[in-house]
Amino acid sequence: MRKVFSRPKSLKRNPFHYCPGCGHSLIHRLIGEVIDEMELQERVIGIPPAGCAVLAYNYFDIDMGEASHGRAAAVATGVKRALPDRVVFTYQGDGDIAAIGTAETIHAAARGENITTIFVNNGVYGMTGGQMAPTTVLGQRTTTSPGGRKEGRDGFPINLSEMLAIAKGSAYIERTALSSPAHVMRTKKAIMKAFRVQMEGRGFSLVEILSPCPTNWKMDPVEALKWIDEGMAAHFPIGVLKEVTGEKKGEKKDAR
Amino acid sequence: MRGNHIVAESAVRAGCRFYFGYPITPQNEIPEYMAERLSKVEGGVFIQAESEIASIHMLIGASMAGGRAMTSSSGPGISLKQEGISFLAGLELPAVVVNMTRGGPGLGNIAPAQSDYFQATRGGGHGDYRSIVLGPGSGQELADLTYEAFNLADRYRTPVILLGDGMLGQMMEPVELPSEISIKKLPHKDWILTGAKGRPSRFIRSLLLDPNEEEEHNWKLMRKYEKIAREEVRFETFLVDDAKLIVVSFGIAARVAKGAIKRLREEGLRVGLLRPITLWPFPSKAIRDLGRKARHFFVFEMNMGQMVEDVRLALEGGGEVHFYGRPGGIVLTPLEVSRAISSYYFQRKLR
Repeated sequence: MRKVFSRPKSLKRNPFHYCPGCGHSLIHRLIGEVIDEMELQERVIGIPPAGCAVLAYNYFDIDMGEASHGRAAAVATGVKRALPDRVVFTYQGDGDIAAIGTAETIHAAARGENITTIFVNNGVYGMTGGQMAPTTVLGQRTTTSPGGRKEGRDGFPINLSEMLAIAKGSAYIERTALSSPAHVMRTKKAIMKAFRVQMEGRGFSLVEILSPCPTNWKMDPVEALKWIDEGMAAHFPIGVLKEVTGEKKGEKKDAR
Repeated sequence: MRGNHIVAESAVRAGCRFYFGYPITPQNEIPEYMAERLSKVEGGVFIQAESEIASIHMLIGASMAGGRAMTSSSGPGISLKQEGISFLAGLELPAVVVNMTRGGPGLGNIAPAQSDYFQATRGGGHGDYRSIVLGPGSGQELADLTYEAFNLADRYRTPVILLGDGMLGQMMEPVELPSEISIKKLPHKDWILTGAKGRPSRFIRSLLLDPNEEEEHNWKLMRKYEKIAREEVRFETFLVDDAKLIVVSFGIAARVAKGAIKRLREEGLRVGLLRPITLWPFPSKAIRDLGRKARHFFVFEMNMGQMVEDVRLALEGGGEVHFYGRPGGIVLTPLEVSRAISSYYFQRKLR
């Protein structure tokens, strides 16, 4: 009998602790599949964040090193510069990357660091109980934006990926979603592409994934998927935001 | 050679291949030297980071990957690095952090001071940890202790802080540099991240949600700190055998104090010096032992009185401790310090 579906080799046999309908477990699986298919398990190093995915090393069967809140891009920079032939990725939530870690992320992109960032955008601080995030959209209710986010009081959400696309050192930036099987497959392709961009030495790559958080959105999982398309995607349009093609930036890679 | 250049060159000779920094006076010669020097060394990496916070976290990454790594800064910049220093301790990563201290708090000034003693020796960042803190007192010691800092960091998998000051960093002195080690001969690290090739995957973490696990981790760190305290205490004594008064001073202040003591000895005053070289672990036993003979201690620091607390703790009430300090970046001459010491000496009728 032929086995057609199984757990990726680069994921451990631990059951996920994530809430029902959460996007993290699905994204972990997609990354695991990509690592397997690209045969990277023995040369990939992951940097998990503070937040719901802080326990990522319980699930990935790869080398991983913990970063403090927001600093993953700096830690990944240190790892990658020490081991330029390994594939280094960070896994970060919206609060981690677009609030406390904005400087580290933008400058890693500006330097053209050859790292890949998986940016999981669910519009809230999940692990701390659903507070307003830098990506909480206008009108969205959270525990710290009661009555919905108001621009006069709370300011506007940040479109970090668009900002990163402007950086000269970024090579590939794509925003995807988990709202349908087609979008999930598109996400997997984007992750694979981002790793390939890194392996070709083209510079900074990032995949932003609009991901459901039914618990903190106070929705059921199906409603949450619908809200990604109707609530989030209006503010965070899905698609490729930047792709640099052509010659790789050879000289930069030698620059220390 | 200028003090900051001595630190940078010794670091490279100790096998440091990763330097991450951010400009701040009075330590800018370290990143400037490293930018040039590391570009000429195989595998050398220099990054001028966007912030002190980024630079200490790049250091964490390079250390995770097994490299010998250093960052340097001064006062306000070291405050920003505290998050990373706590993580280095928690993650048990070796690294060297240099503080060429300036006057503070706040922006303070760029003149030499010893006002960051508490910050360095008490941890500085959050959580239950210690950093090894070395207090060089001369150009030669900048060379020797920078070199040794990398060995200590690797041996104990812990951050080592080199606590200098603006004067040491700027001062030019002749120095005998340590010979360059071969990186390939450094002890193998069996815990680093390299990609899980032919071995089980590894993770380096400080997050231990289960209180039992965190407690176990804290005890493990504690045992390490106890071992360091047993084996790594370093200090210098000068003319203490017949002394009735012991001056305790570290770093550049001890150099001034030594000049003062020579002057006082010529006048017949029986004064000696104890200079802690490791500020943590502190030479408490040496001070306690001296306290059995000389009852009087004169602590001189370029701050409002920080190390003096460790002297008092070491004596456990077994001696009389007088503090004399000048903060704010004031550097006294040996003559001024000798006057302060002799006035205390006569006031206590030690003659």
